[in-house]
Amino acid sequence: MKLLEHQAKAQFRSEGIECPMGRVARTPGEAESAARELGGVVVKAQVPIGGRGKAGGVKVARTPEEAHAAASQILQMEIRGYRVPAVLLEELLDIGQELYLGVTLDRDRRRLAVLLSFAGGMEIEDVAERTPEKIAKLWPDPFSGPLPFEIRQLTLNALASAQGEQVLERSRLLGMMVPLVQRLYQLCQRLDATLCEINPLVVTRSGQLIAGDGKVEVDQNAEYRHQDLVRELGGDAEAASSGDDQLEVEARRRGLTYVHLGGDIGVIGNGAGLVMNTLDLVKQQGGSPANFLDIGGGAKAEVVRQALEMVLLDPEVKGIFVNIFGGITRGDEVAKGLIQARDELQIKLPLVVRMTGTREEEGRRLLEEAGIIPAVSAPEAARRVVEMVAGAGR
Amino acid sequence: MSILLNSESRVLVQGMTGSEGTFHTQQMIEFGTNVVAGVSPGKGGGQHLGLPVFDSVAEAVIATGATVSGVFVPPAFAADAIMEAAAAGLQLVVCITELIPVNDMVRARAYLASRGARLVGPNCPGLMSPGERSKVGIIPNQNGRPGPVGVVSRSGTLTYEIMQSLAAAGYGQSTAVGIGGDPVLGLSFTDVLELFASDPETELVVMAGEIGGSDEERAAELIGRGYPKPVVGFISGRTAPPGKRMGHAGAIISGNTGSAASKVAALERAGVEVADTIEQIVERVTARLRRG
Repeated sequence: MKLLEHQAKAQFRSEGIECPMGRVARTPGEAESAARELGGVVVKAQVPIGGRGKAGGVKVARTPEEAHAAASQILQMEIRGYRVPAVLLEELLDIGQELYLGVTLDRDRRRLAVLLSFAGGMEIEDVAERTPEKIAKLWPDPFSGPLPFEIRQLTLNALASAQGEQVLERSRLLGMMVPLVQRLYQLCQRLDATLCEINPLVVTRSGQLIAGDGKVEVDQNAEYRHQDLVRELGGDAEAASSGDDQLEVEARRRGLTYVHLGGDIGVIGNGAGLVMNTLDLVKQQGGSPANFLDIGGGAKAEVVRQALEMVLLDPEVKGIFVNIFGGITRGDEVAKGLIQARDELQIKLPLVVRMTGTREEEGRRLLEEAGIIPAVSAPEAARRVVEMVAGAGR
Repeated sequence: MSILLNSESRVLVQGMTGSEGTFHTQQMIEFGTNVVAGVSPGKGGGQHLGLPVFDSVAEAVIATGATVSGVFVPPAFAADAIMEAAAAGLQLVVCITELIPVNDMVRARAYLASRGARLVGPNCPGLMSPGERSKVGIIPNQNGRPGPVGVVSRSGTLTYEIMQSLAAAGYGQSTAVGIGGDPVLGLSFTDVLELFASDPETELVVMAGEIGGSDEERAAELIGRGYPKPVVGFISGRTAPPGKRMGHAGAIISGNTGSAASKVAALERAGVEVADTIEQIVERVTARLRRG
């Protein structure tokens, strides 16, 4: 779950991280009255993706009238497919310098990493690629969190690669970074987040550290612990997923593990690795997979039916390849589900099935009796479905 | 011989009284595993599947001398269960549970490292040493057959399929280890390869990776420095687009890391033969073992 900027900043504030004064507005009228309170403002589209500035989703407004106009424009926008449910109006900051501060999961180290750079404001991925030496990193012990001396060293390491003059003198900066980093790390732990990012972290000319933007991603596996946030996202949740692939949104609603890939051969299998490999086989045979769909272990006939229904929602699908390895999953159960679904959904498209493992013989016999010829091997099945789809297109 | 698990291993099952725990404990016993106890907080003192049930791992270890734990508890309690097992002195913890919050795993893994315990998983099928008649986890019993091939894989079903295809060609396994599909794992490919290197029964290793992270690249570095046994590689997810999670929480290409192309290239540079299909894995294993 990705929080919108204003939600991320509400979390920052609750942890004691300073943010600009701001108001959320859902109509141009609300934006106008917010600007009356705040004075000159920046008006920012609340969408769960980066690059909104380049897309015109961030505008400066000097007067309440300008804020009204900016909000009415931005609220009608669609940014890379995402509807804008609200704008955030914030006081203008007297920016002296822009830093980057983030806490993110580092898979290789199997820990959360703290990243600090004086090349703030830019996409950190670009900095990491072009000038990795400009990012200082720290991997705190997950039980103690970042310790003050570690944070000072992190700051010194980042300073070593910083260019130009610093707004803050070193002793002041070292002192201010310690509580800030501890708070952001603490927030990441409290929210079960895999990313808490402040970019830019603004150093104002008067020497304050303020979160210019905020990104928080809560681990999907931990959402059950954060129902308050899920509720809070409430009405914005639909807008927040409006730019997502709509077939994937529908699959999530149905509780299926599905990824839309855009080709014309629907793929269903059990186990993530097996399904990925099945996609690879289709591609090796010159075909183009329409989707990834994993029905998981021990799937019953009903799940197989639902999976077929999901794959068929994609109008591009011209053939289906079902690849099942029976461990806990039983071949006869899968066969029953396939036959039932084919009859109920009146599937006329080519359907190629490869199954092996538990109750393979029973499953194959059921399929053959129903006129579905099971393939001997997965590569052979891939070749057959690719040929059948190509043949049907001619 | 085998790695990690042998006929001497005394296994306890955390979450044995649950439905998954019950089914798979039965399967483990049927395979020949020496299961000695179950742990379910609050159900201690009872019996389940003819085995004693304890309230805590520490009590179970004192009473039964267990050395290995299989964890089948729900995701919200799994990280705690893993740490409890390590605290009780168990040397090997195998966690089958999927959907564990990743920050829970970050803490659990650090905790285990500080106690010198090994973790397989989570979100994995576990491991099986067929020649030792011992398994912890959910690898189907009929797929196990004793032999010279060490198997290590991130995916459950691919592990089973590789084992079955090898067995059909006459090659069994020393040990098969499913290391799991999560972003934060216990043992990595590198760890398991090092164990296979010094196991006399293992003559060849099949390593099946997938997109996401850079554990396969690390393994390639290890092999490139000089590995004593032939390795046949396999990478799934060659057609996966960046930024999409392909079923496993860990199977995602983010930015410039985790692509199949990078993994295949790293392995090939290290001299690993990378197969395109499972059939090819079997062909390459056959060719290498015949060559001796």
